[in-house]
Amino acid sequence: MFWNPRMECMPREDLEKMQYIELKKLINNLYSFNQFYHDRMKAEKVHPDDIKTLSDIRKLPFMYKQDLRDNYPTKMFTVPNNEIVRYHVSSGTSGKPTLVGYTRDDLDYWSEALARSFTSIGIGPEDTMQVSYGYGLFTGGLGAHYGAEKVGATVLPTSTGNTERQIELMQDLEVTAIACTPSYFIHLMDTAKKMGVSIKNDTKLRVATLGAEPWSESMRQHIEEETGIKAYDIYGTSEMAGPMFTECEKREGIHIPADIMYVEIIDPETGEPCNDDDKGEMVVTMLKKEAMPLVRYRIKDITSITHEPCECGRTSPRIGRISGRSDDMLIIRGINVFPSQIEYTLLQIPEVENQYMIYVSREGALDRMRLQVEIKPEVFSDKIEDMIKLRSHIESELKKYLNIAVEVELNAPGDLPRFEGKAKRVIDNRVI
Amino acid sequence: MTDEIITQLSIFVNNEPGRLAAVASIFKDCKINMKACNLAESTEFGILRAIVDDPEESYEKIRAKGAIVRKTEIIGVAIGNAPGSLFEAADVLGKANINIEYGYAYSAKGGEGLFIRVDDPQKAVTALKAAGIKLIKGSEI
Repeated sequence: MFWNPRMECMPREDLEKMQYIELKKLINNLYSFNQFYHDRMKAEKVHPDDIKTLSDIRKLPFMYKQDLRDNYPTKMFTVPNNEIVRYHVSSGTSGKPTLVGYTRDDLDYWSEALARSFTSIGIGPEDTMQVSYGYGLFTGGLGAHYGAEKVGATVLPTSTGNTERQIELMQDLEVTAIACTPSYFIHLMDTAKKMGVSIKNDTKLRVATLGAEPWSESMRQHIEEETGIKAYDIYGTSEMAGPMFTECEKREGIHIPADIMYVEIIDPETGEPCNDDDKGEMVVTMLKKEAMPLVRYRIKDITSITHEPCECGRTSPRIGRISGRSDDMLIIRGINVFPSQIEYTLLQIPEVENQYMIYVSREGALDRMRLQVEIKPEVFSDKIEDMIKLRSHIESELKKYLNIAVEVELNAPGDLPRFEGKAKRVIDNRVI
Repeated sequence: MTDEIITQLSIFVNNEPGRLAAVASIFKDCKINMKACNLAESTEFGILRAIVDDPEESYEKIRAKGAIVRKTEIIGVAIGNAPGSLFEAADVLGKANINIEYGYAYSAKGGEGLFIRVDDPQKAVTALKAAGIKLIKGSEI
């Protein structure tokens, strides 16, 4: 089943012609009307006229998350404020969040991408989809919601939390599809088991799109064996719009609609393109975005690409599972955390030194993050109660900045490792 | 300061294998003799509380070794080797509205006692003395 067969099955040659035209339009527009892109292109001595083929995209400068941060909140926007119809906000690298704005068309393309994705895994008007991603500033909830409505499915907007009630509703309303993080799905499975509910026998659930955090084939196997459903990987970041792209039923990579996003895979060290199927850093250009276009944006996810048409009939390029990051971003329970945010937070707490170590583990379905800090000698009290108060204070400050719970361990000054050269402050012991 | 108020050194110890040995080796290197001590612990750190020969000098020596150390004032209450003797001292403090933050037992040739940290040591000394309870002096330990 196809949502938009003309776009999804267009021969590769025609797709690339279309991509070239879209790129040309985008760059002309940005060069003329956006100060940031204009200055950036001038600095690199590249003019829209230099773009004569699709591969000339390589002449254009890269964009980084730092650019979004430097231009926070709205200096990256290329449309007047009255055309912005929505904001989403994700955590930034050091205190400042990343703001994404959307025009009406941006929202339409976002749900168009999801409509194609959902259709490719058999979700349609007969389905009831439970959206158990967080609703709000996070893109997951509202994104999946609009996508599911677009294909005509009935949406049950449960958001996260209150898991027992979610399971009751899943049974009562005969939910057939769910969108959530893989770890929340595992939590749902565990909770159902405790309630004596078998997802396999007592619910109508048959398909899940799981994403926003890394997961693995073995997790997929575990989920499918235990629940009898099909679980598909979904990908997207807030800079792109939100969750957008999924595998099709063949599960041979995530389809990236060529009219919406142009993907390059590069060697992160040299910036040179990688061959198809070789792993490298993904660089994305959003061909249709209006409010906040991305041109050669270094998304920092590591994957590979193939341009071979898929058995399903779609001709769009496909990317492999995200196998890691080319920067130090951690994803903890679906939330992006940069060590620099932790550093920033510690600088705001006068009782601690600025040395730290981060330990990440997965216990059951949940990620656990432990942070070791060093206390300053003058705040040491020989009453355990005072020390525990200090620890709680640090934990609540971190919670405020990072939006996730962190367990803090107090250490004496000088006890944590010092690094000469490249510091290794993050120990990620998760096996996924 | 009266001799009844004793200076105790408190040292921060990480709760992981070998950390107490590391602190003990500082004591050894600095030739500091511990006359009484107590270990308090939470899940990830501990506090070693020690009564030593020359607290002022020992404090400087330990600090110079880079450990987190703090001087705290405690008092020593002589507790007779008989039922009810702890009650007498605790009752006096309770009636005087003095809060005991922590305490630990001590025993030596001279007799048994309890070292306690209270919120107001001077007031505690006065109250205990008025009730006729014997206090352990710093010089007697």
